[in-house]
Amino acid sequence: MLYREAGDFKTSYRDDSQTFPIKLERWGYYAVVAVAFGIVPFVINDYWASAVLVPFLIYAIAAIGLNVLTGYAGQVSLGTGGFMAVGAYAVYKLMTAFPDVSLLIHVVLAGAITAVVGVLFGLPSLRIKGFYLAVATLAAQFFLVWLFNKVPWFYNYSASGQITAPTRTFMEQAISGPAASASAKYLVCLVFAFLVAWMARNLTRGSIGRRWMAIRDMDIAAEIIGVNPLTAKLSAFAVSSFFIGIAGALLFSVYLGAAEVGEAFGINKSFLVLFMIIIGGLGSIFGSFAGAAFLVLLPVLLKNLLVGNLGWPTDLAAHIELMIVGALIVTFLIVEPHGLARLWSLTKEKLRLWPFPH
Amino acid sequence: MNSMTSDGYITADGRQIGGKLMELKNITLRFGGVVAIKDISFDIRQGEIRAIIGPNGAGKSSMLNVVSGFYHPQDGEVWFKGSRRQPMKPHQVAGHGVARTFQNIALFDGMSVLDNIMTGRLNKMKAGFLSQAIWWGKAEREENENRAVVEQIIDFLEIQNIRKTPVGRLPYGLKKRVELARALAAEPQLLLLDEPMAGMNVEEKEDMSRFILDVNDEFGTTICLIEHDMGVVMDLSDRVVVMDYGRKIGDGTPDEVRNNQQVIDAYLGVAHD
Repeated sequence: MLYREAGDFKTSYRDDSQTFPIKLERWGYYAVVAVAFGIVPFVINDYWASAVLVPFLIYAIAAIGLNVLTGYAGQVSLGTGGFMAVGAYAVYKLMTAFPDVSLLIHVVLAGAITAVVGVLFGLPSLRIKGFYLAVATLAAQFFLVWLFNKVPWFYNYSASGQITAPTRTFMEQAISGPAASASAKYLVCLVFAFLVAWMARNLTRGSIGRRWMAIRDMDIAAEIIGVNPLTAKLSAFAVSSFFIGIAGALLFSVYLGAAEVGEAFGINKSFLVLFMIIIGGLGSIFGSFAGAAFLVLLPVLLKNLLVGNLGWPTDLAAHIELMIVGALIVTFLIVEPHGLARLWSLTKEKLRLWPFPH
Repeated sequence: MNSMTSDGYITADGRQIGGKLMELKNITLRFGGVVAIKDISFDIRQGEIRAIIGPNGAGKSSMLNVVSGFYHPQDGEVWFKGSRRQPMKPHQVAGHGVARTFQNIALFDGMSVLDNIMTGRLNKMKAGFLSQAIWWGKAEREENENRAVVEQIIDFLEIQNIRKTPVGRLPYGLKKRVELARALAAEPQLLLLDEPMAGMNVEEKEDMSRFILDVNDEFGTTICLIEHDMGVVMDLSDRVVVMDYGRKIGDGTPDEVRNNQQVIDAYLGVAHD
């Protein structure tokens, strides 16, 4: 009964095109932001930060990044893991080369470096489409992982071949390294996730977003109405890689603390993020969050249920967990191929009429 | 009979038609060994409704693609707004004041009607990347300015009630209308319509005919259209080009074309001996 457009009159185009046009939705959004910034940092503990919230936020950033490219601009990519690795190694090199500069600036710079690399690997998209492009980006994935393994300069010639994040502080609080507190890690990731989501929303609602979607839906018609495919596709690669680079930098510096490229940024990562946007919903910012939440939370939930409540052995639970997650993904794609975001918008459409049937 | 002068003529219904907006001189277009268009010349005048007709495979759509700048003819010259047009990339065409609709609807199915029509204004939107990312200043201002123009077109074509509907959910006739709206949003000087009535029922055809006439009348847009429905073509257009097998076999007012022996032969067939 509360979810109504009726009576909520819009008298300017600005009001009409806002992100949350319905009052209840707008207040819901404000409430979520207020809780995320105002309450969670004070009650968060190490378990919630490292098992749930921090990975959720980081993967949400990566999912938004891939969604810009695949969901909005229609260019399939399997190179997400490789691009995250670029972000991670860039931030590592920056952190060790310029220890006095804030980590937050380094993360943004790492995103910018990844954007350049992304544009480079996006060049084939001007000639090839669909599955063939996916294979071309797969080449990026393997090449980048190989590169970071093979060239010792990238991992500062460390004996193990690993990169390890040194402790960096922001306003006297450690935000990376072993000394970082749960709430500090959480807040850093939250700020980045919030800004990335906000920027992605702004870009996709305006003329750049329309160019991307036009190329996605029908590239020939897009060209005829004046969309330059070169700039449209490459800008999508740049923005997407920028976000994914930020996600990779945060994953390494704030979350993992130490990483080995093949393990942390392998092809599995690419698929994981791709599943997130497919399950969450292609071409939806909300869907990116929903998909990330689904794939981060589900294993945690299942583990708690099977090991914690039923007392199964951990290894058995781990295997069952994989099977259940897999089965759920397949079921999901059959029941709602457009993902959680579509499910959400269908619910909203029903709610507008509820409790009347017509 | 119209009085034809170098700077225009008066149509049968009394409208003043201006000078040449576009002139095609001796256009020849080949795809490998296939000659799609052979040595065709005609002009499109300011403010007129110009039709291109012909049997299937006559090269009408190819002709429209040459007019729009999508194909580059091997021989011949295209003059537009008084200067010779150089070959250009497809995405540059829209910036020169030519917009078109497609034979098979080419809308962006994943976007709403409003967004689809807004894409027609992409050439007019110049806000920088940063301004758009933070949605401040120019980006927001130009979005609202262009929205105002688009809303006028939505009013004009009477599609207010569907502006937020995803295009994929619309019936065929409305999709055609949205496509017309998208082309109009670019404020073209020359509007090309590739079979605007194809697959429509009588009522939808009447609606579309009215909109085409209104567009021509209210905005003064020059229109060049391809259509198979002879009734529609003869009623709407001021002058008609008839093509057959890539050649021009007739050119003139609907009445002249209707009585042209070559045209009758092309449409009804002629005995070969």
